[in-house]
Amino acid sequence: MIALFYVASAVALVATAMVVTRPNAVHALMYLVVSFLAVALDFWVLGAPFIAALEVILYAGAILVLFIFVVMLVDEGPAGVAREKRRMTPGGWVGPSVLALVLLAEVGWIVFQGDATMTAAKVVAPKTVAIALYGPYLIGVEVGSYLLLAGLVGAWHLARGKRAARE
Amino acid sequence: MTQIPFEQGLMLAGLLFALGLLGVMVRRNLLFILMSVEIMLNASALAFVVAGARWGQPEGQVMVLFIMATAAAEASVGLALILQVHRLLHTLDADEANRLRG
Repeated sequence: MIALFYVASAVALVATAMVVTRPNAVHALMYLVVSFLAVALDFWVLGAPFIAALEVILYAGAILVLFIFVVMLVDEGPAGVAREKRRMTPGGWVGPSVLALVLLAEVGWIVFQGDATMTAAKVVAPKTVAIALYGPYLIGVEVGSYLLLAGLVGAWHLARGKRAARE
Repeated sequence: MTQIPFEQGLMLAGLLFALGLLGVMVRRNLLFILMSVEIMLNASALAFVVAGARWGQPEGQVMVLFIMATAAAEASVGLALILQVHRLLHTLDADEANRLRG
């Protein structure tokens, strides 16, 4: 359905515009979650259900959790609490909630139609993707695993801190 | 089953990428710069999926998997760097971190 694509795209654009304009990091992160979820819905409509699931798990899940950890770590004591109180005003959470409800309504509509073949494009099945990934692109998977290992070692080294390094 | 116009999908990816680029150029908080980079990576992934759907080939989604691996590595190293900058300078302002020696 093409209307699903347009609504999800509008939500993605609004949420992304809010991310780059919010002064408050936590507000921006809430909009960023909504933006990734909207793009995931776009992936589904475009016939990529596997990538849509990965988008929710990896981007809206894992990467956003990392960001939230860092926001919590760099927040400072009493000033942070005072800011937290101001954060709980409706201005902070109404916008992301409304946008998320729009996405929820879309997903609910898809589910209650009971037709999983409602994607606007021809579905490229996960099996086809997996055969391509572990066939002609196997070397890319190996390079990707090296990159993730390098990222792991790099993050461990950088986050260890000076005191631990001296010991 | 109506096909989504190829141009509109690419236009959405382009707009999202432009918004991310705007964030990188306008914001001075390192956390926001990293978020904007994630938005740009996500927009390029969307462009790959749109192109893959246009020709019904799996290559678009294969590239998205590689982009996701890159984004995960980039986010972990970038956030560790942000923690170090905050530890050294007690601020996240990118203009404060303009010297390589802390």
